[in-house]
Amino acid sequence: MAAITSVKPGTVIRPPARKGRWTPYLLLLPGMLWLVVFFVVPTISLASQSLQTGSVDEGYVLTWNFQIYVDAVRQYLPHFTRSIGYAASATLLSLVLGYPLAYFMAQKAGRWKNVLLVLVIAPFFTNFLIRTLAWQIILTDTGWVTTFARWSHLTSALQWVGLTNNDQLMSSKFAVICGLTYNFLPFMVLPLYANLERLDHRLVEAAGDLYASAFETFRRVVWPLSLPGVVAGTLLTFIPAAGDFINSRLLGNTQTVMVGQVIDGQFLRVLDYPIAAALSFILMMTIVILVGLYVRRAGTEELV
Amino acid sequence: MTWIRKHLIGMAAMLVLTYLLIPNLVVVIFSFNKPNGRYNYEWTRFSTDAWLNPCGPPGLCQSVGLSLQVGLIASLVATVLGTMVAFALGRHRFRGRSATNLLIFMPMATPEVVMGSSLLTLFIAMGIPTGRTTILIAHILFCLSFVVVTVKARVASLDPRLEEAAADLFANALQTFTRVTLPLVAPGIAAGALLAFSLSFDDYIITNFNASPSSITFPMYVWGAAQRGTPVQINVIGTVMFLAALVLVATGQLVSNRRARAAA
Repeated sequence: MAAITSVKPGTVIRPPARKGRWTPYLLLLPGMLWLVVFFVVPTISLASQSLQTGSVDEGYVLTWNFQIYVDAVRQYLPHFTRSIGYAASATLLSLVLGYPLAYFMAQKAGRWKNVLLVLVIAPFFTNFLIRTLAWQIILTDTGWVTTFARWSHLTSALQWVGLTNNDQLMSSKFAVICGLTYNFLPFMVLPLYANLERLDHRLVEAAGDLYASAFETFRRVVWPLSLPGVVAGTLLTFIPAAGDFINSRLLGNTQTVMVGQVIDGQFLRVLDYPIAAALSFILMMTIVILVGLYVRRAGTEELV
Repeated sequence: MTWIRKHLIGMAAMLVLTYLLIPNLVVVIFSFNKPNGRYNYEWTRFSTDAWLNPCGPPGLCQSVGLSLQVGLIASLVATVLGTMVAFALGRHRFRGRSATNLLIFMPMATPEVVMGSSLLTLFIAMGIPTGRTTILIAHILFCLSFVVVTVKARVASLDPRLEEAAADLFANALQTFTRVTLPLVAPGIAAGALLAFSLSFDDYIITNFNASPSSITFPMYVWGAAQRGTPVQINVIGTVMFLAALVLVATGQLVSNRRARAAA
């Protein structure tokens, strides 16, 4: 799990110069070769596939059919905006939920720190499909959660803001966003924890000594210092959430279909490879551009 | 009132932790259920049938076996390749560092559907049939970057003076590496390998693109089951994995605590 905890900028120790000039390249060779052959080449292959015409039976010819991108956007724009919207909501919710947990673990938990860390990581080991199916059980119409939500008029309130329908919690936007938040929350908590653990508590005390209220201390001291953790956490939550379709498929309805689900269906059931490749490529580019803008605004250079 | 204010963060943290753990609790509870229909969605009555007959549903245990096999091979290969890259990045200055960093970062920034589908287009274009080999290729690919990042953090935090001290004590390069560097980096490598295994064992989206009907992994089995009716045994496997993870992490923690105490 240290992978996630270590996706943070800073703490760069200058690597010492070594004698063997070729050693680093030899060390890099197998790993980089793997990445080039199975990541870079497929990405090019994907771009090329999107510009081909033909069919599975007759084969494909590269025809530089750029029109397909226009068609893809025209036909599936709602799925794209929905995916980005759900992923952004889930990321924001994860931040709001994950921050107190990460702060508590890092600064207040004392000797319980490691126990809490294990409890955050352990759910990963039960397959995420099983855990998402568990949400179906929790939110089912006859379950006590839905009964309580109906009794307290929460369902009506959610329905009023358009997050649910038919006076139920399952098969709704609400369920999908809850599921996405749940699934990717640990990816928010772990980088935040790694960052907040290094926060010097004396700075918080100093702010208190200077008559800053708890809120002012948070706004002017803790939050700015934790920004690298926030950036890493939001990226690790947003990117997988935007491409996910498990939650929308298992917890949503026909009105909550995300673009990942369309890509999956076009590739594996409809077998329309060009449109599926075009959709994949658009999704990738959208995320690269959004992430680029976000990282630039957040002013973080080193990502890995 | 002041008590509430003082413990507000703690209470919020516990609520969030509950949200994270409730589905696991449901999985454990429903592994003792005896549902009436094919779907294990409603609590009917307590039974240990599924626990006594975990391989009951046809194909379930084969899929777990395949997932374990793929997970072990993929995490092993990814850990070896990733550790080498991490050493190059953490220990050497060379041309093309930033390009390498970018290449490591890109797979982590690519949504799974995109990575899975692009690999599939490559396999289609090359005429490679999908199956166990293509699953392995894909798993090594998406585990690699996470191993690099994990191990690199550990390599970077290493005190270079320890290696210099070893050299001063007449250790040659190989001895320094095997007796000083490697033991110090080992926790990072172990964490990377564990992460790679859990990513591989859990993956559905990328696997589904690169698998064939004769190579069904456990997540694929669960997905297929979700369409036709969920056997209780799925929850048994989920519970066992959860407990195994707790035991594994707890053991690792104990070992490193003891080491730290021995070193102090």
